[in-house]
Amino acid sequence: MINAEQLRNDFPILHQQVNGRPLVYLDNAATTQKPLSVIETLDHYYRKDNSNVHRGLHELSNRATEAYEHARRRTAQFINAASADEIVFTRGTTEGINLVANSWAFDNLKPGDEILLTEVEHHSNLVPWQLLAQRKGLKLRFVPALANGESLDLAALDSLLAPPVKLFAFVHISNTLGLINDAKQFCALAKSRGITTLIDAAQSSGHRPLDVRDLDCDFLVFSGHKMAGPTGIGILYGRAELLEKMSPWHGGGEMIAAANYESSTYKPAPHKFEAGTPNIADAIGLGAAMDYLDKIGRDNIAKHDMELAAYAYEKLSQLDFLRILGPKTNRAGLITFVMDGVHAHDVVEIANTYGVALRGGHHCNQPLMKKLGTPASARASFYLYNTKTEVDRLAEVLHKIKEYFTR
Amino acid sequence: MNLDELYQTVILDHAQRPRNYGELPQATAFAEGNNPSCGDEVTVYVKLDANGEKIEDIKFKGAGCAISQASTSLMTVKLKGKTVAEASKFEKTFHDMMTAVTLPEYPQGFGDLQILEGVRKFPQRVKCATLGWNALKQALGGNSSHDPVTSENE
Ligand SMILES: Cc1ncc(COP(=O)(O)O)c(C=O)c1O
Repeated sequence: MINAEQLRNDFPILHQQVNGRPLVYLDNAATTQKPLSVIETLDHYYRKDNSNVHRGLHELSNRATEAYEHARRRTAQFINAASADEIVFTRGTTEGINLVANSWAFDNLKPGDEILLTEVEHHSNLVPWQLLAQRKGLKLRFVPALANGESLDLAALDSLLAPPVKLFAFVHISNTLGLINDAKQFCALAKSRGITTLIDAAQSSGHRPLDVRDLDCDFLVFSGHKMAGPTGIGILYGRAELLEKMSPWHGGGEMIAAANYESSTYKPAPHKFEAGTPNIADAIGLGAAMDYLDKIGRDNIAKHDMELAAYAYEKLSQLDFLRILGPKTNRAGLITFVMDGVHAHDVVEIANTYGVALRGGHHCNQPLMKKLGTPASARASFYLYNTKTEVDRLAEVLHKIKEYFTR
Repeated sequence: MNLDELYQTVILDHAQRPRNYGELPQATAFAEGNNPSCGDEVTVYVKLDANGEKIEDIKFKGAGCAISQASTSLMTVKLKGKTVAEASKFEKTFHDMMTAVTLPEYPQGFGDLQILEGVRKFPQRVKCATLGWNALKQALGGNSSHDPVTSENE
């Protein structure tokens, strides 16, 4: 079990007042806060080791290179990849998906081929495929979401996962619904039909154990900032056989083996995907975040987040002026709701005056919100430092908001 | 931060009981406003007199946050019976009240539109308050179309 009260001491930012009340930070699906160990790692790097990687021969460059490559090995271990060569540093989930779209998918998909997505994807796992589909004459298909976003239509998934679908790209945990997809089963089904898989693990990487060999996926992407790490750094995992054959997406320094005026040869993966000076400090910071999460135990974090979400579901279900979206049980650490007669932005604005940080809007899920019949909703999302007391506070504040609007 | 500057009683009243709400079949012009990132939508309908100089009737329809709906409702109350020239002047003043570095001089009759002045202290919400006015400007500009205008770039 997690002692959230105690873990809060690791997060300096949580100890502040907002609008005269103690901050209740419930916007963790957007980005999580950073523990001291991560902040200090970044500080140390810039004070002691800062240098460019892979090109210098001096002490600092050696240190920076070693720390950067250590972070890559640490990541491989974190998701149980077979080798550090399967780990590409990116700016985040969004860049990872764009890389796969512009390299693997651009090279391997032909006009008439199809890409299967789900109706609950974040825009970052939708728009890159729309752009590619327009350029290459591909078709996008969608696994439907069922009533109120409680689940995906698994029967439809079964029949849609078939030629001419070449790629199935899906979200592991929905940032809007808290829906947890059975990623292992999805990948097994796709594999049995010769379909390549990509998992958007943005909402799962910092919240539960991830094992790419057990999941048996082809690609998996996530962002450092949603798992106690820095912004501007993320991971693309790709199976070695695939990465080796893929062409580079960005060209520049660091990624070439030898350059001529007419053409160049490239380094092997993962370096051929990392053109230019990479985000060295934040890669190292991400490694520190992984250390932090593993010290607590990702199993424990998962249990804690889901317990809070279940508790929040129970509490907020009692408020008859709320409509809660997403699954009733087995909910990941977030809860999204619509308040009768009060727009989500007004809910969030007033919650803020009580020091409660929520998210309001379409959560980068516009087509889904439309389908669920509401342009906007409010979301509370939890992490390892949130407590039941904070959930109680949320319920209290929602009551006050409803009263405020019906005075 | 004083919430009541944003959600004044009059604003909440208009949000819950919008005036001049609905379509206007005899409209001579209309325009849609849409802020997709918030999900705020309004359509403003105006009926001008035969000379095209006076707003004989004005209505709106929409869905969204309290600020966007109340601001548009207040606008329709204020502009009914005004000349197009007055409406344009109010539109400009309203815009300045929201976004100009210094507050504008309020023209005669601007009156309770000033209630929304407090919104300028909430930069994220300015676009909510100006959405209906942007639609009005578009409608008075004479190009009625279903291509919505936005205020997300305020
Ligand atoms: C499920 C999901 N996918 C993708 C993203 C995009 O992540 P990033 O903006 O870090 O690239 C997010 C974050 O908002 C997300 O929640």
